[in-house]
Amino acid sequence: MTRQASRVRLRVDPVACDAYGYCAELLPERISLDEWGYPVVDGTPVDGDLVALATRAAAECPRRAVLLETVITPHRR
Amino acid sequence: MSVALAPAERLLPTGPGNIAPRDLHAHIATHGVLNVPADDGAWSSRIFRAVAESGLLGRGGAGFPAAAKWDAIRRASQRPLVVVNAMEGEPASDKDHVLLSFAPHLVLDGAEVAAAVMGAAEIVVCVADDRSPAAASIEVAIAERAQIGGGVRRISVQRLPGRYVTGEESALVGWLNDGPARPRHRLDKSIPLRVGRRPALVHNAETLSQLGLIARHGPEWFRQVGSAEAPGTALVTVTGAVRSPGVIEVELGTPVAEILDRAGVLADLSAVLVGGYGGAWLDASQFGTGFAPGPLAEAGATYGVGVVVALPSTSCGIAETARLARFMAGESAGQCGPCVFGLPAIAGDLEQLAAGRGGDEVLDRIQSRATIVEGRGGCRHPDGAVRMIRSALTVFATDVGSHLRGHPCPGHVRPTVFTFPDAAPTKRGVA
Repeated sequence: MTRQASRVRLRVDPVACDAYGYCAELLPERISLDEWGYPVVDGTPVDGDLVALATRAAAECPRRAVLLETVITPHRR
Repeated sequence: MSVALAPAERLLPTGPGNIAPRDLHAHIATHGVLNVPADDGAWSSRIFRAVAESGLLGRGGAGFPAAAKWDAIRRASQRPLVVVNAMEGEPASDKDHVLLSFAPHLVLDGAEVAAAVMGAAEIVVCVADDRSPAAASIEVAIAERAQIGGGVRRISVQRLPGRYVTGEESALVGWLNDGPARPRHRLDKSIPLRVGRRPALVHNAETLSQLGLIARHGPEWFRQVGSAEAPGTALVTVTGAVRSPGVIEVELGTPVAEILDRAGVLADLSAVLVGGYGGAWLDASQFGTGFAPGPLAEAGATYGVGVVVALPSTSCGIAETARLARFMAGESAGQCGPCVFGLPAIAGDLEQLAAGRGGDEVLDRIQSRATIVEGRGGCRHPDGAVRMIRSALTVFATDVGSHLRGHPCPGHVRPTVFTFPDAAPTKRGVA
């Protein structure tokens, strides 16, 4: 059994979000802003070097509204 | 001699005439005694299975199987609290109000059955503060049962701010936890909400009434009417251009056209709004759609809380949609940016379209804003609004064309079939 590389998916808690917009600055690969400044998140799992950047983006959110979910991929035979 | 063939009464009387409120005596005379034993494992297992076999779907908007909620509460393995959701924040719906006013004991039967099976020691009935008659009726019923004695559970009535989203499950539970009645963002909805330490089994009032009947008559009886996927009867509130607006009981799957016939159509109809203000429009070619979650979803609509509003062809569907959109924008709990800013923006676009101002760019803006708002709220409030708005652009496509060319429908100036509860400051208890 090979170990799966760590993959994460970004989510935003829209109740907590106050449109600071830092997440879109820090991770434009996955996050853009709508016309009112709120994040629109691409839910495609993040892997490789982006994981560290996504973790950073989540940590920098003043409202703690950026959430990282670990993606559990079933082991492929 | 049709008396012998009359179907057994379910939620509402089947006979002619006005329905009279049922006190405990009349309730038992109609439905028979319901024995809810305390600590009877065999009985609890039987009812648990009966609910699963009945296929009962929740009647509060999401159409979630009642048995799935029970499973989730069981897995939480702590003593739960039973919450009766009779908030009915949907302005076009009156069914829970009717149930609480005319058959409060049926609702309480279901709540007691749920509490006994799940081992709950307390039942809380949640009613909107602008529904005083319903709250008063259920309080009288609770007092009647207390006089007879035997009830081991605490039952109370809570009055919450009567707004569109305050009956949303997580908003309701938020209020019961002494917080504001605002929806919460939930990552995993299969994890039960909690009031204090207790998992909350939240059921719509109509769902519990059905449960009171299933506990008496069994799942086979329940499934005798309705469809295989959506068994049983349901309460539907029919309003708009009909002779007898109000709540009727129909078999799930009854075609929309038949529901309209029963209420007596008064005019040539261009469309009906189904589900609720956050539901969807159906055009006349879709009136054959069965009124049940599956068929309505296939038609791009939703069962919602069992609402049918008949729109006469003299009304302007776009102007009515703009009014609905403005109302839905005002009913946002004010928490999530896409809902707070997106819904008023779309309502503004629709108002321009309704007035025949603005061209194709307005239509494009509505479409793109609908896409950007959808799925980005903490609750489904903006999604419902977006579904209703999108369906309007399809159902009233011909009118949209005329409006875009600067020729709005003659009927666009006045509101016709919808009512909008006033958002007086005293009722703004959400914040």
